[in-house]
Amino acid sequence: MISAAVGTSLVGWAMILLFVGLCIALAKPVGLWLFALYEGRDTPLTRVLGPVERGFYRLSGIDPAREQTWRQYALAMLMFQLATALVTYVLLRLQGVLPFNPRGLPGLSSDLAMNTTISFVTNTNWQAYAGEGALSNLSQMLALVPHNFLSAATGIAVAFALFRGFARRQTQYIGNFWADMTRVTLYLLLPCAVVYALVLVAGGVPQTFASTIDATTLEGAHQTLVVGPIASQEAIKMLGTNGGGFFNANSAHPFENPTALVNFLQMLSIFAIGVGLTWCFGKAVGDTRQGWAVLAAMLILFSAGAAVVYWAEANGNPLLHHAGLAGANMEGKEVRFGAAASALFAAVTTAASCGAVNAMHDSFTPLGGMIPMFNIELGEVVVGGVGSGIYGFLLFALLAVFIAGLMVGRTPEYVGKKIESREVKLAVLAIVVLPLCILGGTALSSVLADGLAGPANKGPHGFSEILYAFTSATGNNGSAFGGLSANTPYYNGALAVAMWIGRFFVMVPVLAIAGSLAQKKYTPESAGSFPTTGPLWIGLLVAIVLIVGGLTFLPALALGPIAEHMAMLAGSTF
Amino acid sequence: MFNDFIQATRPALVLTTALFALTGLAYPAAITGVAQLAFPHQANGSLITRGDHVIGSELIAQGFAGPGYFHPRPSAAGKGYDPTQSGGSNLGPTSKPLVDRVTADVKANPGAPVDLLTTSGSGLDPDISPEAAEWQVGRVALARHLPEPKVVMLVEQNVELPLFGIIGEPRVNVLKLNLALDKLTGEGAHSTP
Repeated sequence: MISAAVGTSLVGWAMILLFVGLCIALAKPVGLWLFALYEGRDTPLTRVLGPVERGFYRLSGIDPAREQTWRQYALAMLMFQLATALVTYVLLRLQGVLPFNPRGLPGLSSDLAMNTTISFVTNTNWQAYAGEGALSNLSQMLALVPHNFLSAATGIAVAFALFRGFARRQTQYIGNFWADMTRVTLYLLLPCAVVYALVLVAGGVPQTFASTIDATTLEGAHQTLVVGPIASQEAIKMLGTNGGGFFNANSAHPFENPTALVNFLQMLSIFAIGVGLTWCFGKAVGDTRQGWAVLAAMLILFSAGAAVVYWAEANGNPLLHHAGLAGANMEGKEVRFGAAASALFAAVTTAASCGAVNAMHDSFTPLGGMIPMFNIELGEVVVGGVGSGIYGFLLFALLAVFIAGLMVGRTPEYVGKKIESREVKLAVLAIVVLPLCILGGTALSSVLADGLAGPANKGPHGFSEILYAFTSATGNNGSAFGGLSANTPYYNGALAVAMWIGRFFVMVPVLAIAGSLAQKKYTPESAGSFPTTGPLWIGLLVAIVLIVGGLTFLPALALGPIAEHMAMLAGSTF
Repeated sequence: MFNDFIQATRPALVLTTALFALTGLAYPAAITGVAQLAFPHQANGSLITRGDHVIGSELIAQGFAGPGYFHPRPSAAGKGYDPTQSGGSNLGPTSKPLVDRVTADVKANPGAPVDLLTTSGSGLDPDISPEAAEWQVGRVALARHLPEPKVVMLVEQNVELPLFGIIGEPRVNVLKLNLALDKLTGEGAHSTP
């Protein structure tokens, strides 16, 4: 028999290393596919899906070749979000009278329906409801799954628009939102999801229109199994970095994530499009080394975070060791994943803006739970959400060249464009949204009675539960310290506002930057330019992300996870 | 600006309708159709049946409590092992209820491995570690009047190892192990040994 693993193991590190290696290997193949979509070229699937695409354009009266200014692009994007939100809100409210609801579940309350709608429109997938208890198969399929495609496609479209801002010269046009969004959905997300969903079914994920199955256990007890169209939701939940699970337990549930191999695929699929976008960016600006430099900085930040979580979780909880229970921290974790795959999943899902969980972050050790929070607070730019990760990271790149430019005393340039006051102002505007909303919301909830009613745990961990909620909502992540009772009018409202601001108060400035950059002429690299490819640049990027993105949150983290870590070492319980 | 607003209305409404129908109805329906044909066992929940009734799913834990069966991990799903209320305890690392619970359980089950005294993330974890199965061998063998080495062998036959040695953890599926145990001793569906 194999002895129980205490502390980190070579096997665990090998799995993490394999994962990072595969992410690097995925960057170019996925990037090539994305680049074809970015350029508007035909893909091998155009022959099959081309008629569908053209039919959609004809019905909606769009000329895909007619390009938009940044204002038109942003307006089209916002109008589309509004239309999709209305449909979902109505579907959730009317659940009780709609079909595919054999258990007769009632419609959602107005605040919960509003929160859930905004959550899925903004690619957050914060879930104030428990999937198996509150939603019918129709609501899961028709009210929520489309957002997993469309919010992901919207993120990628905005990233494409920003790439065009860098790549184009002296134009005010940055692409056509309708064409970008439709093409990404049809030629990337849908085909990938179809193949992936079938792989998941083969791996054990149910896919049926049935809702419940009655079983009589070996000991004669009655058990009601909940099934449904799970695999189709699971596939796009990962690929689109959405994270909204069919079940309350999300990817910890054996029906969502039945084996260690499926789990590994889930982690890879969260990062797949994000790493591909870094390569696509490099190709779009005519120098693939630029993309590799961005990916290198991201993976350095990612690996450091993953290592800390694994180390913390594998070494376990000294309070439980003292009580006589040796070993890793297994509270809230599944045996088939263990400490290593649970820790890696937590790092992946928060570095990306996914928010799926395969273990309960609320029960992680203080430091193991702090890193996921910190990953989101960095702006989810470590690979990040599909589209939002790369455009968020490029905001930091603009700041980095600005700071480097100040140091060498020249006008800062990045990939052939002069970075001037307008771009830096807009970048800072988008970056300060995160601390404002996270720290403001947490502070408010820590003094209001409605806010204080939320946490399930006492002491610093209760504060961490509130901090995590506003971090997750503003960062559009969707994972949670699940002990927080979030389905109250107060939290449903406050977190919905945080999600909305965290999404669109970043997207619109990004599009404005794209518009501003596109108008500039090309500035060739000269001897005085700061190189944006080598190790010096990668180091600078890492430092800027940590200092600008992270430092703001240290005081709050000191009150939550760091205080709890000290208390744990001192033997205190709450 | 107002003109752009009007122009965006039609594509917003039409594309919303078209893409919702495509990704929210056609896509899950197509996947369901193919899945039911190609992988009916998995697509319907990996069910285990005996005769014409369903015993459970090999992926979902059952609350075995009798001494003659291997026990799963404790569950925080509803009142325990309730698939309609999946979830973990969400107790934090410095939670007094957590430390008190573990302290009491350690006293009642001296030497039990860590996974047997902690609740899982889903509350439906179908697996236990090989050590957790081994720890229960004495009790099961005694209740079933079986020699211990025979039960140990059965556990070892049911250990699943990590893929390629690195993906996953060694584990034992409790329901499958208990079914094998019933087969070994010729127990029926409802007999409680």
